[in-house]
Amino acid sequence: MLGAALVRLVPSDLLASRSALSPILPARSIAGRALVLVIVIMTFLAGLTAGAVHLVADASSDWSRSIAREVTIQIRPMAGRDIEADVRMAADLGKRVRGVEVVRVFDRQEGEKLLEPWLGTGLDLGELPVPRLVVLKFSAGSTPELASLKAELAERVPNAGLDDHRLWLGRLKIMANSLVLIGIIILALVLVATGLAVAFATRGAMAGTAHIIDVLHLVGAEDSYIAREFQRHFLRLGLKGGLIGGLAAVMFYLVISLASANFAMNPGAEQVEALFGRFSLPGAGYASVLAIGLVIAAVTAIVSRATVYRTLSGHE
Amino acid sequence: MVEISGNPSVDVEIGESPSELVRFDNVGLRYGIGPEILRDLDFSIHSHSFQFLTGPSGAGKTTLLKLILQTLKPTRGRVTLFGQSIAGISKAEMARLRRRVGIVFQDFRLLDHLTTYENVALPLVVQGREESSYRAEVIELLRWVGLGDRMHMPPVILSGGEKQRAAIARALIVQPALLLADEPTGNVDPSLARRLLRLFIELNHTGTAVVLATHDLQLMDLVDARRMVLAEGHLHIYD
Repeated sequence: MLGAALVRLVPSDLLASRSALSPILPARSIAGRALVLVIVIMTFLAGLTAGAVHLVADASSDWSRSIAREVTIQIRPMAGRDIEADVRMAADLGKRVRGVEVVRVFDRQEGEKLLEPWLGTGLDLGELPVPRLVVLKFSAGSTPELASLKAELAERVPNAGLDDHRLWLGRLKIMANSLVLIGIIILALVLVATGLAVAFATRGAMAGTAHIIDVLHLVGAEDSYIAREFQRHFLRLGLKGGLIGGLAAVMFYLVISLASANFAMNPGAEQVEALFGRFSLPGAGYASVLAIGLVIAAVTAIVSRATVYRTLSGHE
Repeated sequence: MVEISGNPSVDVEIGESPSELVRFDNVGLRYGIGPEILRDLDFSIHSHSFQFLTGPSGAGKTTLLKLILQTLKPTRGRVTLFGQSIAGISKAEMARLRRRVGIVFQDFRLLDHLTTYENVALPLVVQGREESSYRAEVIELLRWVGLGDRMHMPPVILSGGEKQRAAIARALIVQPALLLADEPTGNVDPSLARRLLRLFIELNHTGTAVVLATHDLQLMDLVDARRMVLAEGHLHIYD
């Protein structure tokens, strides 16, 4: 079994009973399978959420980085002005700004092509006052002084507007942060639900092993010893469930990443990719998905120990 | 100490400087608002001593053993265990005191998922002892009770007598100062009952005080030992 193999990978002193002796609590009789399945599902869902949070955070940071390095000068056609001359002037002013790496002037055809998604193809836009765009790209790490560019544009090309995308970037950040926050809330809820499931399972296990607990007390076992035995038992189940669930989530993202790479040429896939990136988790993303498995295993062990203590303190 | 040989005659020896292991002063027990089921219990159990606890079924023999073990709390009176009053004692301290007491039940209470060897070693395991430190001890004790060839078997396949001997070995492995045995011969035939009694007496010779709860008069007649008789909630002691 995969779970058993995974548990074997965990350092033996973490799980080992006193020696090669059988565990004091019978491994099979304590509703183990159902709880492992619950933990697998919870870890899988938590892993998907953590991966999604990583994707959103990475995509948002990619957008922010690329957009923050770019400003657009938009020159609107105005009666009595030579728009080509205005475009050249705007490009010249742009070139003078410190840190500019590339100045790209969109010609009229390129400008009209940008409208195709909204207006469709085959339209003659010759009669429409299509604005012209000049895009300035700055080198990485530069902090462009845009106030003076804005002032110069206002003076020399009054029909030009400078868009540094700040408003859009601000909204994007709010949306991305909201998604990350929702993801974190879902993770917290999954952890709480797992904790509650473990608490119920522990109480069930204690009821099912009441005769064993009685004997342990009578031969001089302290509550801490009994709690430790339950913790060991549930840590084993938690690790098994957590690692299976975590690996399932990792496999899910690997398959999605491979599939999205294979279908990247599809127009629909391009749009999705534009929004969410390549659906491929970075290394840290995979690590965090697996870490969630370990956190859930730890929560399982801690909750079971606390439940045993609380239940035993109500006895005698 | 008591003696038993091939015939039922018994010699009584006085142990060296006996000390009080258990002391009950004016102890009573009632459940809820019902009448007292045990009342005015005043007695001591000394080290190296051997006594029968007897009385008709339902007289409260098991209840009295539970009061000694403190799995039941008295509703009045004072219980002292190994010189320490158990009033207000912590659970951890109580667990440490219980390690000096061996207990044998009529229904054995062996753990079926463990082997006989592991059952006998259990009191040492809960003390955190390493297996290498007690392995030889457990094997020797299992041989002493005649279970040397059954040690790796689970209790479910042992006979009633073998289970009882395993339960006795579990109680003895910590070399307890006091052994409480609740109807240990109740589930075995008369000849095995006599063998088990001989085992308890051998144990008493090694210095362990024994309280043997039984209603088997024939068994008690084999040994001239102190009798603690429970009847109608009162304890009568015949030294």
